[in-house]
Amino acid sequence: MLLPDVLGTYSDAGNALILAQRARWRGVRTRVLDITATTVPPASCDIYLLGGGEDGAQVFAADWLARYPALRHAMSTTAVTLAVCAGLQILGQSMSDRTGHTYSGLGLLDFTTIAGRRRAVGEVLSTCTIPGVGQLTGFENHQGISTTGDDLPPLGWVTRGVGNGTADRSGHRGDGACTGRIIGTYLHGPVLARNPALADHILKQATGQPMPPLDLPDQRAVRRTYLPTRHPTSRGTPATDARISSVDVSQHRGVVDSGSDLAGKTIRRAP
Amino acid sequence: MATARLSQRVGAGGGSIIGGRVTLALDPGALRRLASGREIVLVSGTNGKTTTSHLLAAAMRSTGSVAHNASGSNMPDGAVAALAQDRDARFAVIEVDELYLAVVADAVDPAVIVLLNLSRDQLDRGAEVRSVAAALSAALIRRPRMTVVANADDPMVVWAAAPAHRVTWVSVGSGWSSDTMTCPRCGRSLDTTVKRWQCGCGLARPTASWTARDGAVHTTGRRVAVRLRLPGAFNLGNAVMAIAAAAELGVDPHQAAAALAEIEQIAGRYKIIRHGRHEVRLLLAKNPAGWAETIGLLDEAKALLVVVNARDADGRDTSWLWDVGFEDLRSAAVMACGERAADLGLRLSYADIPHTTVEDPLAALDLLPPGKVDIVANYTAFHQLRRRIGRGIG
Repeated sequence: MLLPDVLGTYSDAGNALILAQRARWRGVRTRVLDITATTVPPASCDIYLLGGGEDGAQVFAADWLARYPALRHAMSTTAVTLAVCAGLQILGQSMSDRTGHTYSGLGLLDFTTIAGRRRAVGEVLSTCTIPGVGQLTGFENHQGISTTGDDLPPLGWVTRGVGNGTADRSGHRGDGACTGRIIGTYLHGPVLARNPALADHILKQATGQPMPPLDLPDQRAVRRTYLPTRHPTSRGTPATDARISSVDVSQHRGVVDSGSDLAGKTIRRAP
Repeated sequence: MATARLSQRVGAGGGSIIGGRVTLALDPGALRRLASGREIVLVSGTNGKTTTSHLLAAAMRSTGSVAHNASGSNMPDGAVAALAQDRDARFAVIEVDELYLAVVADAVDPAVIVLLNLSRDQLDRGAEVRSVAAALSAALIRRPRMTVVANADDPMVVWAAAPAHRVTWVSVGSGWSSDTMTCPRCGRSLDTTVKRWQCGCGLARPTASWTARDGAVHTTGRRVAVRLRLPGAFNLGNAVMAIAAAAELGVDPHQAAAALAEIEQIAGRYKIIRHGRHEVRLLLAKNPAGWAETIGLLDEAKALLVVVNARDADGRDTSWLWDVGFEDLRSAAVMACGERAADLGLRLSYADIPHTTVEDPLAALDLLPPGKVDIVANYTAFHQLRRRIGRGIG
């Protein structure tokens, strides 16, 4: 977790917790390191995470990262990196603020960001470009308009919301960027809470091990809340669900599923 | 006001919002006129506005009549409704949403502004914390005769309030700090390892003239015991902010402290209600900072019902749940409820907290064995529950 003290505004630290738990539930031991601004970042981590932050914090974070070439090298050669929002922009070539001032990014992605006129705030849906991951859901809150280089695919093709805010030659609108080692997105939520398949993709890449399925009843309900259903709901009011489920994490030797007699019962919603 | 009574009768809530809207619609200068000739205190910040304004109104009542938006309607129309309801009150204590503070301050020309804390809340609505603080700061500078009673422990508040002409600093003994670990002035990482936080750019914790410590307020060599019925260290901090603000308007701290000791509940918060087979205590927490204070208040022997909505007034984005330390929950049983019960349930799963997810909080309550239950709800969930439990609807 890089700079949780600086890029911690949008609760993206949840991504670290989610990766650690999903690994642990599969018997893979993990350690989450909070690499704050006063620490020298290790270059030996398997996964690096960068979150979102406010403008001033973003410029500070970009300067800080640029001071550690070994970290940059690890991110481009050995590790897997998930970068969200401001964190994504920092890994690109450059970013410009509202006054038109341009700052250099780390240059790990062919990704350029300028400040848009309006803030993009709301739910996003996209179709992930990584095979097998499926639909991505998240909440965006940013003013950046980003352009990806011709050879850099986005993380997802946007079907709802803004994402990068630009379209490719065929008019498809992307969110984020995706190379073999670096996954970048504008999605909060945190993104791995709403999209466990993306979390498991990162874990598979980092460990080289298969990740057997996990069944979390609340996870299914969260996906039902945010993904389109047969009865589409209006923007900003995802479908709610009155089913109940019970989770007793202690009974399942780490792996969580619906084991209780309460699971599946439907309770009538009060007026 | 007839409109307020109508609103209460049709069940739209306390009536002040509808009443206020009508007043504003009829007369845009209403706020300015209703405020003139009175001594007005505005209370703002992210957490503790309602509690602090209730405590301050109680302290002020010990010297004179007070108009107060007691229901927590903290938009400009709520201020209009409160002032219109008590036209003869000499004082007014108005809780104001931090995004509206500049607009309301410009209209009512307050004697005192109380600035409690600034942290993340409803990022989708409120933009980034630093932008909110910058707008506040500009509003404070515009009013040279006004005193700002400000929290010296919160770097974002200090950055916003320090340029004001007259500031009374209060040390509330702040707990949650992870929003403000970077310096609001220069963006550098802030050294918070020391008791007196400071940054290389020069922004540092000012010396406080009022300090909350060990159940008392300390000021200029005096110690005044503060015996609250409200729980938690952060309520002592709120009380000391209220006592310091009341002192600016001439209320003796002993007299203020005595008035605060009478208060048992704040607009339904901390209130204990008998509901069917359960004795329920209602608590409100709507963001990570509020939750950090609330977890310490929970009774481990009781069952816990957490209720989360994500309407406009709550913020549509539920990401904040992941910055709440649910790992520290020790309650006997935990129910995840509300319109975003699934988001909450998922967060609890990752925190290894056994729980049951039931969207309807009263249905969840029915599933719990008879006895005492703590309910922690966020903003709209809290108000829904108050209406339903208060009227005994199961």
